[in-house]
Amino acid sequence: MNCTEIYPLIHAYADGELDLVRSLEVERHIKSCAGCTAKWDSLRSLQSKLQNSKLVYRAPDSLRKKIKQMAGGEARETRRSDLQWIWRWLAAGATAFAVVTLLLRPVGISEHEQLMAEAVGSHVRSLMQSHLTDVASSDQHTVKPWFDGKLDFAPAVKDFAEQGYPLVGGRLDYLGGHDVAALVYRRNKHVINVFVWPAKGETVKPDTEIRQGYVIINRDMNGMRYCIVSDLNEKELGDLVDMMGK
Amino acid sequence: MSVNDPQAEFERIVLPHLDAAYNLARWLAGNDHDAEDITQDACVRALRFVGGFRGGNSRSWLLTIVRNTAFTWLKKNRPQAIVSIDDDELAEIEDKVASDSALRSADKEVLRAALADLPLEFREALVLRELEGLSYKEIAEVAEVPVGTVMSRLARARRLLQEHLNRKERS
Repeated sequence: MNCTEIYPLIHAYADGELDLVRSLEVERHIKSCAGCTAKWDSLRSLQSKLQNSKLVYRAPDSLRKKIKQMAGGEARETRRSDLQWIWRWLAAGATAFAVVTLLLRPVGISEHEQLMAEAVGSHVRSLMQSHLTDVASSDQHTVKPWFDGKLDFAPAVKDFAEQGYPLVGGRLDYLGGHDVAALVYRRNKHVINVFVWPAKGETVKPDTEIRQGYVIINRDMNGMRYCIVSDLNEKELGDLVDMMGK
Repeated sequence: MSVNDPQAEFERIVLPHLDAAYNLARWLAGNDHDAEDITQDACVRALRFVGGFRGGNSRSWLLTIVRNTAFTWLKKNRPQAIVSIDDDELAEIEDKVASDSALRSADKEVLRAALADLPLEFREALVLRELEGLSYKEIAEVAEVPVGTVMSRLARARRLLQEHLNRKERS
């Protein structure tokens, strides 16, 4: 091989991309040719300079975190839509059950009964539509201002991610004839809807009840009426309520 | 772990190569802010397509997505950065012997600036080869060109870089 033939191969040789036979030919030529030796040396020093000058950029931690969160959120959306048909059946069942209950009842149902039914209905709907939140954010400073101007009261918004109850977001909802704030939390795979509205003098006995398999906790805390609905167990749901009351 | 769990797949296939993805985006975009946007966009796409990933080289797979995202972004936001290069010029290449002193004296920042100054396709080839250690075959996959083109681009990229450094030393 002469210099002209070697030339196109010298980079591939430097990159370890030549087969054994051609590698040996190139190597032999470089050794025997002063011009190509010089080229070879300068190519090698450029390579090592590039590889050893720490020119690589690393993904910033903030970006890594954002991407991880994004993956968690979007993947959950996908899973939720996979589950939608189950929820449809459950909702259809719940409606049928409600209709039958209504028909069998001789007298009108109480206000409390209706409120609880609405709360459960709203919780189920929030899982069914891909409309769990109007404002999706784990940042309480994003969720709280979002309610400003949409409600005539300001719900307390706290994130309890450290305690294992991350804030997912919030949305507007309508319960018992008035607008309420719905805060959405998550405990492992369980979704928790926290409905909040001003107590306005009426007091409610703190109670916990189970309807259609959902746990509902009713509380008055700091002048606000809270109705918390989830398929989470009573104990863990109660822990969240205690943290919110502090 | 379920095969259908996109989050788990994403964590297994994409996250380990996030640094490589960002490095490529950063070198193509030229600044942190745009690189972050491009990386994030690319990850959104990767999450969407991850179910269709049929095994093989996950790093090349992700870098291909980053590369396409970056080029789409550049076409839209910085059309002047995309200059089509003629890949048939290999025959004319005749390397100048580099001035050794130019290389020796070139510090990290000079080298960084010289690399950043290369035309897009040459910069991309060198970054993938020298900084990420990809093989010609992998680079060909990412840049969607034949292996021969990768070889010629690398040769030309190195020559341009060398010339840049030599000029720098003279001035």
